Amino acid sequence: MALLETRHLKAFYGDFQALYGIDTALEAGETIAIIGANGAGKSTFLKAIAGLVRRPADSVLFDRLPIGARSAADIVKLGIALVPEGRRLFPSLDVEENLLVGAHGRKLAGPWTLDRVYSLFPILKERRSQAAPTLSGGQQQMAAIGRALMSNPRVLLCDEISLGLAPIVIADIYAALPQIKAEGTSVVLVEQDIAQAMKVSDRVYCFQEGRLSLSGRPRELTREQIHDAYFGT
Amino acid sequence: MTGALDAVIQGILLGGLYALFAAGLSLIFGVMRLVNLAHGDLIVLAAFIILVLAGKLGLDPFMAVLVAAPILFAIGFALQHVLLNRTLGRDLLPPLLVTFGLSIIIQNGLLQLFSADSERLRSGAIETASIALGGGIAIGVVPLLTLLSAVAVIVILNLIFYRTALGRAFRATSDDLEVAQLMGIDHNRIFATAMGLAFVVIAIAALYLGLRSNFDPTIGPARLLYAFEAVIVGGLGSFWGTLAGGIVLGLAQTIGARIDPEWQILSGHLVFLIVLAIRPRGLFPRALD
Amino acid sequence: MGAMKDAPPAPSQMFSVATGAAAPRPALAAAVAILLMLAALPAFAARNLIQDLIFLFYMLALAQCWNLLAGFSGLISVGQQAFVGLGGYMLFALTLFAGLDPLLAIPLAGLVCAAFALPTALIVFRMRGAYFAIGTWVVAEVYRLVFAQFKGLGGGTGTSLAPSITSTVFGIEWVKALFDVRTPAARDIISYWGALVLMASTLAFVHAVLRSRRGLALGAIRDQEAAAAGLGVDIYRTKLAVYVATAAMTGMIGALIYLQKARISPDAAFSVLDWTAYVIFIVVIGGIGTMEGPVIGAVIFYLLQRNLADFGAWYLILLGALAIAVMLFAPRGLWGFVAERFGVTLFPTRRRLIMGSDHGKRV
Repeated sequence: MALLETRHLKAFYGDFQALYGIDTALEAGETIAIIGANGAGKSTFLKAIAGLVRRPADSVLFDRLPIGARSAADIVKLGIALVPEGRRLFPSLDVEENLLVGAHGRKLAGPWTLDRVYSLFPILKERRSQAAPTLSGGQQQMAAIGRALMSNPRVLLCDEISLGLAPIVIADIYAALPQIKAEGTSVVLVEQDIAQAMKVSDRVYCFQEGRLSLSGRPRELTREQIHDAYFGT
Repeated sequence: MTGALDAVIQGILLGGLYALFAAGLSLIFGVMRLVNLAHGDLIVLAAFIILVLAGKLGLDPFMAVLVAAPILFAIGFALQHVLLNRTLGRDLLPPLLVTFGLSIIIQNGLLQLFSADSERLRSGAIETASIALGGGIAIGVVPLLTLLSAVAVIVILNLIFYRTALGRAFRATSDDLEVAQLMGIDHNRIFATAMGLAFVVIAIAALYLGLRSNFDPTIGPARLLYAFEAVIVGGLGSFWGTLAGGIVLGLAQTIGARIDPEWQILSGHLVFLIVLAIRPRGLFPRALD
Repeated sequence: MGAMKDAPPAPSQMFSVATGAAAPRPALAAAVAILLMLAALPAFAARNLIQDLIFLFYMLALAQCWNLLAGFSGLISVGQQAFVGLGGYMLFALTLFAGLDPLLAIPLAGLVCAAFALPTALIVFRMRGAYFAIGTWVVAEVYRLVFAQFKGLGGGTGTSLAPSITSTVFGIEWVKALFDVRTPAARDIISYWGALVLMASTLAFVHAVLRSRRGLALGAIRDQEAAAAGLGVDIYRTKLAVYVATAAMTGMIGALIYLQKARISPDAAFSVLDWTAYVIFIVVIGGIGTMEGPVIGAVIFYLLQRNLADFGAWYLILLGALAIAVMLFAPRGLWGFVAERFGVTLFPTRRRLIMGSDHGKRV
């Protein structure tokens, strides 16, 4: 039985329907990647799981429990943490405070403490007392990931963590993923960088205009299949 | 010369009272961007609560405020949770109009309960006690306590905001409500807690309001304006700024009163408008908005 | 929006924008008829009713002004009493010191208010949202405290209009003869016509503004200011124009109010309760952001005031509770609720986009 499942997940922004019934499954220990063009609904998908967007009560199941009616704050406490698109660190807080705030919703036991996060991203320890906005893009992304980890999530949702970053920085960040997985966290990655997504994931889902257009193991998918699914031909 | 020095001292002491008025307003705006138009009336309400407790329980007001504080915390918590949380959102109008309606209700409710008669908190000898500073200048003990309490309140608020997990939650929620939820912060409870805390500050402000001068159900709106002016002059986002703003206002009013007693309040308003015209962000702004 | 999903429009399609349903002839005729009937009312109505209607008309006019500011332009002012009082005091000053006829003093009072509104705006516009609101209140307080210093106008206790002024209002002799009434009643009738004219012109003015290009800009500013700025709408100047214009109208209304009352004092003229709290109540209950709302709100308020004002503090508590309840559960007010249900509009101001053919879609 999957750790995290979505069943016929629909999502609306007011009158506008962003997701049309998405079925996905994440097994414990897995890493899945969500790819798709802009506006395909990838971010909305993560937000729906995290509880920031209205969705049907039984459309998201965590450990077989329907969590669609739960608030975002509750969902973090259950063990699902979102690294939001654009990092969105708290500007009034310094780096360390940002990380500590991440632990506000910590209910589960786990390995992620301040020290553990600092050992994952040493640069953050160097900059611990700096105001969050003064960090570079890559460092902010690391801080955002660290912040999400502080709640000891069983599932980590990452929304476009490579956005706007130089390739070498992206590589640095992705280098941390294996350690995160090793600590027992399952990961859902929304990525524009298809190559990167394919490299690290066990399964890929492609979204196209709010619908699933493709799913499969990276090794088994051809370039053509991905292209068609991505652009919707 | 003594006259001028005396005016300055009295002005600073008065500023302590205004800083107390303003601290609660500043706290609420800092956490949830809510400007509570009923703020002044709530101070008056708190003063009446202290009055009743002092009377019924035979307590000195300084003791009565200790009893009143948790009661007021609960009222503030409930008010935010039940009513004001529902008004918060992108639209400016609901919180403004709901708190305006609240202001009218509180004023008239108090009028019904207590009539328009002036009241005063009585504390015995301390009311008239003063400390001689030499040179013919004396400081009233109550005004001095007011200023010291204002400083203490601001120190404690700063401690809470910058040294505790609760304060981190306050600042995070104020920065980005959506992402704060992703941290497991229940913003409804956080706002309610902040409001409860503000109500405790309001209780302290009410104590000194009632000790220093007479109060009746109608004086709320004027206190709101002073509190507001102190916050703006001091600069948004800084509690020490609020203290500075209160003192500037106190000085303006006191000096104006020395020129002509009828000009006291007007002087305060004019200084406020001047500061607004020259330095719209206030004297010591911190907030990013 | 849904239609966009179909085949994209052919490149040669023409667009034009029409405003609402252009005021249909019957509605216009009806409006004129109502106005004429109201104007003729003094011939039949008792003096009580005339006085009540004066109250209703000027509260409605004030409400339309506040609505234009807050409901349409996003300028939530809690300080319009500044201009009511200023207008009232200008009437007194112009008649007492300059010997002008009161009816002439009314528009002049409006001009003075517009002149004062300009520097006022320069200061208060430095604040936004709730801070702007309280800032306008502070300004009103400054006006009140300043006028309390003018001994020539009665200082803190105020003054009355001398009978020599109130009994020589333009047209008063004619009215006395026409309706066979004495001076006080005749003055009421003239005030009544003045209130009717002010109310009608306020409605017409607001309606015209909202149908104009400026009006569309206002809607954009209210709904999404950043986007409006991006589209080139000069926010500052538009808001400034609205603020000054409503100040002028509010001032004229204030002048009329105090002509009728014939007695003024700083606390009354600059009263937050009378000229802001009640006005806001009217707009909120009726429906903010619509022109029809304040009309309904004014009628309801008038009925409440008539029947319940004797209950003093309880009445005000009721008003406050009603306003809160409406804000929480029916934020579009009574009219908003009705209009949504039945799709009715009395003052057409919405825009329609007309694409090539005769079909229009509500924008």
